[in-house]
Amino acid sequence: FPGLTDVSISEDIPVEGEITVPVGSHSPDEDFSTLDEPVRDTIMRDLKAVGKKFVHVMYPKKSSALLRDWDLWGPLVLCVSLALMLQGGSADSRDDGGPQFAEVFVIIWFGAVVITLNSKLLGGTISFFQSLCVLGYCVLPLTVAMLVCRLVLLAGSGTISFIIRLIVVIAMFGWSTLASTAFLADSQPPNRKALVVYPIFLFYFVISWMILTFTPQ
Amino acid sequence: LAYLAMYLFAEFDDAANLLAANPDATTISIDEPVEIPKNQHSHLQEPGREEDDELLGTNDSDKMELLAGQKKSAPFWTFDYYQTFFDVDTYQVLDRIKGSVFPVPGKNFVRLYIRSNPDLYGPFWICATLVFTIAVSGNLSNFFIHLGKPTYHYVPEFRKVSIAATTIYAYAWLVPLALWGFLMWRNSKVMNIVSYSFLEIVCVYGYSLFIYIPTAILWIIPQEVVRWVLMIFSLCLSGSVLVMTFWPAVRDDNRRVALVTVGTIVLLHALLSVGCLAYFFDAPEVEVPAPIIPAQNGTVITKSQ
Repeated sequence: FPGLTDVSISEDIPVEGEITVPVGSHSPDEDFSTLDEPVRDTIMRDLKAVGKKFVHVMYPKKSSALLRDWDLWGPLVLCVSLALMLQGGSADSRDDGGPQFAEVFVIIWFGAVVITLNSKLLGGTISFFQSLCVLGYCVLPLTVAMLVCRLVLLAGSGTISFIIRLIVVIAMFGWSTLASTAFLADSQPPNRKALVVYPIFLFYFVISWMILTFTPQ
Repeated sequence: LAYLAMYLFAEFDDAANLLAANPDATTISIDEPVEIPKNQHSHLQEPGREEDDELLGTNDSDKMELLAGQKKSAPFWTFDYYQTFFDVDTYQVLDRIKGSVFPVPGKNFVRLYIRSNPDLYGPFWICATLVFTIAVSGNLSNFFIHLGKPTYHYVPEFRKVSIAATTIYAYAWLVPLALWGFLMWRNSKVMNIVSYSFLEIVCVYGYSLFIYIPTAILWIIPQEVVRWVLMIFSLCLSGSVLVMTFWPAVRDDNRRVALVTVGTIVLLHALLSVGCLAYFFDAPEVEVPAPIIPAQNGTVITKSQ
């Protein structure tokens, strides 16, 4: 550009202004650094978020809190507690018994990943971790069912206890499936909803089967 | 050009014979690698195929057929490439399942339902359902068979789930691979009119396994005769889907090779179902023979049941 070779910024004119672009709203994290706050506050904030999501699962309404602020703490806690409670059901050395800890873990996480991939491949608009978050949190009713089953089994293992356990597991299985469907179904194309809901049904059915067939030694 | 003309006339002969026998039959569609004849081919048959489309009630137009060659253009390392294999709606999946359970003699499953839109949703989830159905049904049936015995302690037998998964997924993916390789090899020696892509073969095998899901549930009934009747029935249904799909692909070959191929397909299918029945479901108890009760005066009286 021949006309600009002699352009220079004069030393007399001060150059000033703001380099940073003003952001519309500051998120709370930018107001203070979490390094300065007491550890208790940090932990309580995360625990409150997890607890709020538990409440959302037990009373599934069309709120977006579960989707917007996803986290995987809740699913991890639920998965570990479920896998721990399913221990003690393994048989003797023939190892023909129930699932081991690693098997429960793998089934839950691998199953959730496969269902998420399936819904994304079918054209869903939900993000990968949001879907994992919802599927993990909706294991909560089944964890409650496992707790109830273990308590009932402490009382006895006859036919009546089996019927009680059957009813509880079926009810919680329905609750889990309905809760996760309520959160996930909206993000799917309308003519493929059944294709997305069926694997979720199969996933919770397998977990329910593991819970129902748990027999202590 | 002369070859193309000869080929087209052979096609019309075939189509005329088939149409005479069954007015609703669709015509053969060629697989993707043969690009040039396909465009002219479907163009020439447009009026007939539209009519067939209406009869079948689907809305797959010829535009989809012509564009099918351009569908899978994304490179294989992108997510979009795999999305093309899940491009099915609920009603399409249900139609394909229905077509595998009620095979109509003379109609080819691939031509009729897949129509160059093979999907991986059906095979994958039908196999997953079948794995868990067999494991759960086997466990339930063993529980009911051994219920009254005092020495029986119920075990969930979770190991069998992984064995079932390995078996069924290996069957549903390795056998189509072998069959596809074999058909490609024969195609290089003998020009066959009909050839299938690997995904179409996986699709047929996956959907043909659907009939085993209700069969596995019914296998809970602890009667040997009932189980064998069910197995033969489902073997006939799914075997006929496979035979009707693959017979047109090998019938132009050497007679013996064609028969051996189709026979091997049916034999492997039978082996799968017999193996599943034998391994996951314990044999129901044989009727206890009549106990012999020694009578008081020394003679032996056999108590009849």
